[in-house]
Amino acid sequence: MLQSMQKRKSLNVGRLVVWSLFALVLLLVPLFFTSSLSQTILSQMGIAIIVCLSYNILLGQGGMLSFGHAVYSGMGSFLAIHTLNLVSGGLPLPVSLVPIVGGLASVLVAIMLGWVTTKKAATPFAMITLGIGELVWAMSLMFPEFFGGEGGVSGNRVTGARPFGISYGPQIELYYLIAVYTFVCTGLMFAFTRTPLGRMLNAVRDNPERVEFVGYDTQKVRYIAFIIAAFFAGISGGLAALNFEIVTSEVVSGQRSGAYLLFTFLGGATFFFGPILGAIMMVLAFVLLSEFTKAWLLYLGLIFMFMVIYAPGGVASLIMMNVRVAMAGYLRKLWRQYLALSLASVVLLTGAGALIEMLYHLQLNAALGSTLSFFGYTLDSHGLTSWLGAGAVMFVGLVLFEVCRRQFSRQWAHVHDCIEADIKRKELP
Amino acid sequence: MTQTATYALELKDLRKSFGKTEIIRGISLAVPQGERVGIIGPNGAGKSTLFNLISGRFEPTSGDVLLNGQSLKGKRSFEINRMGLSRSFQITNIFPKLSVFENLRCSVLWSLGYKYTFFKFLADLDDANARTDELMAMVKLDKKREVLAMNLTYAEQRALEIGITIGGGAQVILLDEPTAGMSKSETLRFIALIREVTVGKTLLTVEHDMGVVFGLADKIAVVVYGEVLAYDVPDAVRGNQEVQAAYLGSPVADAQAGDH
Repeated sequence: MLQSMQKRKSLNVGRLVVWSLFALVLLLVPLFFTSSLSQTILSQMGIAIIVCLSYNILLGQGGMLSFGHAVYSGMGSFLAIHTLNLVSGGLPLPVSLVPIVGGLASVLVAIMLGWVTTKKAATPFAMITLGIGELVWAMSLMFPEFFGGEGGVSGNRVTGARPFGISYGPQIELYYLIAVYTFVCTGLMFAFTRTPLGRMLNAVRDNPERVEFVGYDTQKVRYIAFIIAAFFAGISGGLAALNFEIVTSEVVSGQRSGAYLLFTFLGGATFFFGPILGAIMMVLAFVLLSEFTKAWLLYLGLIFMFMVIYAPGGVASLIMMNVRVAMAGYLRKLWRQYLALSLASVVLLTGAGALIEMLYHLQLNAALGSTLSFFGYTLDSHGLTSWLGAGAVMFVGLVLFEVCRRQFSRQWAHVHDCIEADIKRKELP
Repeated sequence: MTQTATYALELKDLRKSFGKTEIIRGISLAVPQGERVGIIGPNGAGKSTLFNLISGRFEPTSGDVLLNGQSLKGKRSFEINRMGLSRSFQITNIFPKLSVFENLRCSVLWSLGYKYTFFKFLADLDDANARTDELMAMVKLDKKREVLAMNLTYAEQRALEIGITIGGGAQVILLDEPTAGMSKSETLRFIALIREVTVGKTLLTVEHDMGVVFGLADKIAVVVYGEVLAYDVPDAVRGNQEVQAAYLGSPVADAQAGDH
């Protein structure tokens, strides 16, 4: 008994450290990445973290596969930008509270649409979210007064009162507003997982039928969780409105919803912190990868497929599996395999990347001539040597990768046998 | 609330048809408070369907179920549960990705009034946590506290199933083949456990294992083809010619051999 008490206490100390570190990172990271591009990226990451975490209340914690979460972040954005314009028109509301208006607006939308949406779980739920997503998307084109039509609705965040001289003119001031929201929302959403409703939501995910026989209305559990998820999505949407100062109907689109799903999944829906990683990857992919290569959507699709097949728990589960190995003291036994695997992957990806880039160049940039630069190398998309060379590199990479992968999985299984044996030995006396 | 209800559970000419087939063909049964009733019958006799009707999983075609004198007509499963009736399942029905402790805690939350709360931390709910610990000790899973339910052995999962069923403190408990798939020795231990955890409660249990049910139940209801053939104390049922002809064969042991 005493032991378990102490264990819990130490856990709380650990938690305190983690949250302090999180706050510290949010606070200090703009000091290391000072360019205006990185400030933009960091701001977007904060916004994405909130929305992906809110999406995971549905996906990871409630087992609700939503194809329409952008409806709630998007409606938050629209209400926020309209509110911002009211503030410009004289409404005495601090700009820093506009995202909360976005959150509350989404709560209202979720109260109205959520009851129908959460009537069923699993596949019917997914279909209904898809339908409602399409509905709102179609509406956004039909009501230009509210949604701003093609051009969207724009606003100006440098308006209203300026407490402590904060005008939100410079991006860095807005970053810190976003950072505060990110920290508080993350904390609140984590706290939610520790409440009776949060736990019953997990139970509804695992076995909705049984939940009905311990006194809970599963639809109500889903409905309330859905509204809570919408609230945080709306806050994220409100922050996005402040950040971009323009909201177009793209924010309620199915594509946007798909991105939330994709990156929450990539980050890892089974761990609370997974969507945070997913959100960071989302912004990096959308802002940086898309600049870097025209084929970024293809790469993204390949990564997604690869992860669904080999690591359905996402990046977070990969990390946690290795943490487990490290805690048991066996990571030393794996580093050679990891090194070999990474080298083989580099070869494989170089070959595959060169092929893909040449193909894209041929299709999209033919007017620019036949040559393209790939990591400093000049490839000729009309030259046989380039194609053969890239193909050979990819083939060698593929063989190496397969060899290393087999080695790795053998060693991985061995390490896990060792860990199991250790646990058994500890339980015996 | 009728305080004077004499029966904990009363079935009144309960009928259920699927399409044209009538599965439950007019069952009437009255179970007084605190009595243990064993329900036996051959496969396909409608025992599980009967439980599904009582617990609100299926809607009866006609007839009524009274729980402490109150009609359950049109009530949904969770409402029936809140009125004090809880059930287990023949096929293990737990929360596989939650720990033993979390599984059991889920079963106590509603009855302690926490409902859909999200302004309180689970860790601070002293009564719920104490009740969960007590429950965990009762079903002898206290050493498996943090183990995920899906990683338990089969017998442990069955025990967890019972724990979830009694967690909410319901006074009327339905157990659907609680010992299905267990070995003989496991079954005996398990029956002792069931006896322990249902002290003072009204219990209906479907059983295949005759020996077990004759030892556990105060009364036995024999269900054959959707009808109650006999409803009496074990000795009388054992001696009932009609029951022997219709179901038991000649010796009771035959039915035991049919147990899977």
